[in-house]
Amino acid sequence: MSLPARVVTLALAFLAVAAVAAFVVIHYFLGSPSTVDYASGVTADTGATVHVVMQEDPQNTVSTHPDWVSYFIQDPKTHAWVHTTLFKVPAGSKIDMTIYGYDGCTPLRNQYFGGVTGTIGGVEYVNGKPVKEINSWSGCNVGHTFSIPGINLNVPMATPSLTASLCGTSPCTSGPHETVTFSFMSPRTKGVYFWQCRVPCGGGFIDGFGGPMQTIGFMTGNMEVVS
Amino acid sequence: MAASVAEDPQGSEQVGPNHGLRIFLIWLPISVAADLLLYFVYGPHMPPGQMSDSAVSQQFDIKIMSVLAAPVMAFVLVFMAYSVIVWRHRDGDDEDGPPIFGHARIQATWITVTAVIVLFLAGFGTYELGAFGQSSFAGAGAGEGPSPIWKPDGTPLQVQVIAQQWRFTYRYPQFGGFETTDLILPVGEPIQFNVTSLDVIHDFWAYQLGVKADANPGVNNVAYTTAKQTGNVTVRCDELCGLWHGAMFNFGKVVPVAAFRSWATKTEAQLTAVTKMLPPYSTTYDPTVVPQINKAMAKQGIGGANGYYYPPNDPVQP
Repeated sequence: MSLPARVVTLALAFLAVAAVAAFVVIHYFLGSPSTVDYASGVTADTGATVHVVMQEDPQNTVSTHPDWVSYFIQDPKTHAWVHTTLFKVPAGSKIDMTIYGYDGCTPLRNQYFGGVTGTIGGVEYVNGKPVKEINSWSGCNVGHTFSIPGINLNVPMATPSLTASLCGTSPCTSGPHETVTFSFMSPRTKGVYFWQCRVPCGGGFIDGFGGPMQTIGFMTGNMEVVS
Repeated sequence: MAASVAEDPQGSEQVGPNHGLRIFLIWLPISVAADLLLYFVYGPHMPPGQMSDSAVSQQFDIKIMSVLAAPVMAFVLVFMAYSVIVWRHRDGDDEDGPPIFGHARIQATWITVTAVIVLFLAGFGTYELGAFGQSSFAGAGAGEGPSPIWKPDGTPLQVQVIAQQWRFTYRYPQFGGFETTDLILPVGEPIQFNVTSLDVIHDFWAYQLGVKADANPGVNNVAYTTAKQTGNVTVRCDELCGLWHGAMFNFGKVVPVAAFRSWATKTEAQLTAVTKMLPPYSTTYDPTVVPQINKAMAKQGIGGANGYYYPPNDPVQP
């Protein structure tokens, strides 16, 4: 092989390796879902009320994992559904949550998390009716949970009936669903509080603990508390 | 140690300083001082503290190991410093050092001392691990598996530690079997931790209590301790267990016995509705052996008879 050919080959090989490295860094390390900002324009530590709206879907047709269950968060300004699980709230504020449960039921691995904790009044409201616990083993009752361990918040999500024909395109805008509402106070300590679903809902993975359960943007994420 | 002997080109012997004695005399006070400081000054502050029998036992073990290690380390450092200072290269000295053909006494001393240290540590560690021959138990505070080789005197308080991604919950079978995220323990009473997991492998590490036990699904890993002081306890998961492993920690409390009983009775009453939903108390909660989970999954068309959450033909199942 001539010298110019060797140089060109070496340069191409170097560029190929560099491109792979850049792809890995950008795609896996820097690639993160966007953050929905509920803190903008709200003064922290005043007890002001912020209304956060989410939904959980039986699939995720807007991602590269269409068979993964997923949460979506509504942008407070545009009211568009954003495929993310990252949101920002002001510290020391009352957070009114509304979560639309479009997904079907799966029994909780630990029934303890069928109890509501950390909300104002210790209750959630399922279609307006106050509920303190939901038994996921007695019937088709629980689809997921919304849990923030750092503030001891745990709320089981009610589900449509076992025979309901679930929404097939996400984000869901129609179809059978349950509306869950509850309120809690955001902590005064600024920081990032992770949240998760406690139902092993990673269908296709060993005992449901993989995939969406372990991936930010699907069934777990962060609540960033800012001043 | 004999004085070092060198032979000059004419064949006559020159007697030099006794380097071995010098090194020994430098090393001895440093070692004694280091050991006294380690045992009496830093020792009482060594981890994991003195909050429980097992913590005290571990601290004592670490003190003994430190006291043994300090002279060895001091010897290495003294020898290194002595070599650098005394045997350094000097201007005009371009001769090779004297040839060395071995030194039986040094070799025998080295082998004997290191063998004694290692064998002592092996025996000491084994004794301490089992707390053999002690009327009141101390032990290592580690998980002993489902069939402990020794148990504390009396009837210990049963506390089940249930690990799941990414939170510990605690169940108190002697108080109606309620489950909570709060770890509250009485001071002065033996405690039996029954550690298990509902999903992947975790590890229950109650740092100040000196208790550390793996939490494996389908396994009951028993660990004992008795808290000697009231105070806060940091609990961490010490086994990489997934995305939020780093956030899997909480804080427990050791309180007076009366306060504990008051809390347990009150919490038992408060959690009655949730406790009714729980399965009967069991040392493990494998889906394959808890009939309620199987029944619920079958009813909801998930998994079912095989006891797993998803059908065997679902991808990634083993």
